[in-house]
Amino acid sequence: MSFFEKFVQVFAEPKYLESMLTGLRMTLAISVGAALIGLVLGTVVALVGLSRSKHPLMKIPKFICAVYVTVVRGTPMALQLFIMAFVVLAIRGFPVVVTAIIAFGINSGAYVSENIRAGILSVDVGQTEAGRSLGLTSAMTMRYIVIPQAIKNVIPSIGNELIALIKETSIVSMIGMYDLTAAAKNVGAGQNLANYLAPMTVAALFYLAIVYLLTFVIKKIEGRLRQSDRR
Amino acid sequence: MIDVKNLTKSFGSHVVLDNISEHIYPGEKVVIIGPSGSGKSTFLRCLNMLETPTAGTITFNGTAVTDPKADIDAIRRQMGMVFQHFNLFPNMTIRRNITLSPVLTKRMSQAEADETALALLRRVGLEDKAEAYPAQLSGGQKQRIAIVRALAMKPQVMLFDEPTSALDPEMVGEVLEVMKQLAEEGMTMVVVTHEMGFAREVGSRVLFMDGGHILEQNEPHALFSNPREERTREFLSKVL
Repeated sequence: MSFFEKFVQVFAEPKYLESMLTGLRMTLAISVGAALIGLVLGTVVALVGLSRSKHPLMKIPKFICAVYVTVVRGTPMALQLFIMAFVVLAIRGFPVVVTAIIAFGINSGAYVSENIRAGILSVDVGQTEAGRSLGLTSAMTMRYIVIPQAIKNVIPSIGNELIALIKETSIVSMIGMYDLTAAAKNVGAGQNLANYLAPMTVAALFYLAIVYLLTFVIKKIEGRLRQSDRR
Repeated sequence: MIDVKNLTKSFGSHVVLDNISEHIYPGEKVVIIGPSGSGKSTFLRCLNMLETPTAGTITFNGTAVTDPKADIDAIRRQMGMVFQHFNLFPNMTIRRNITLSPVLTKRMSQAEADETALALLRRVGLEDKAEAYPAQLSGGQKQRIAIVRALAMKPQVMLFDEPTSALDPEMVGEVLEVMKQLAEEGMTMVVVTHEMGFAREVGSRVLFMDGGHILEQNEPHALFSNPREERTREFLSKVL
């Protein structure tokens, strides 16, 4: 059988297609869940890190955030996933998909926080001064003046982070999960299709489609946020 | 109105303001001149605590501005500030730039703020720009909007930090015109500027700063025609 026939068979044979779609759903579930955690966590960590509050109690969360970013960015994702699955959340009956979402969310949060931090710092200090000189509190200035402008600067790098996250989820098969990559491997195995190239190509196309779609959405958002730049 | 006592500001070991005491009275138009690095902008920025003084006290209408427990936001609502680089919010329309603070600080409802904004815009001849974005305006227009934005809070004093220094020469006039109008209406103003013509015409008192000190001060005609200090004479001979 030629590659083309095998390729068609991945879609035509219900059990293969079902298998691939099950994997795809898992990949999407982990990605979406982790992205949400990452965005929220990253925002909080960035704001804590940038806070100029001189309150002594602020030192503790600041320190924790700094350690978090350093450790997460300085160690491999696979190792973090293992630690989460086999140590921290090695609880009988704990849904492994949640484990993966937490592990990837925590990982993504560190990168997102760095992106957001850079985005906030890229807003001209004059904007903050203008807001404060008008009598706005520092929280109002952040919320209404700095963050809206920072978001515009941050969207492209957050987009990159989300794309990297989606692709990185492919390592979950290392803890025995059945995602798109694992599905491709399974469908290609000897007792099934006995051809790896066809299902791997299908998986690659699925990943590409997701990333392409995401890129498209990000471009749209960027365009909308850039409206005020027009002359 | 604003009382400054023994104000000192240093950045690291560099002393920018050296033990300055000064008083600004209601209705005064104080113009601060001096060479770059003399500390005049820092002095102005200390008045509303955009710079935290290293030592000394500033009192505004009896409230200690420099007190760490002071409600600095409430004080700043009564002190308008105009910056060299306008610092308009680029992501908002002109109307929103002007109404944001009065509405957020609950000074006015959105409707009241809109009305105030329109009235102020009409005064500076820019009522047709209410729905424009800052990027669509010229420098002179931006600075007039920045003045309007500060005025929308109905401040008791206006601080100007080199408001015309970033403008094309042909746009300086329109901004000074607005400031002059404001002065005539009796607004208390503290203006850091290199516009000696404005200082002479509008100022009720001119301070000459150099090296972190107020070296000399006088009413403008006396200061410009008959400076006492050698350093003032030297500076004026270069800029006039």
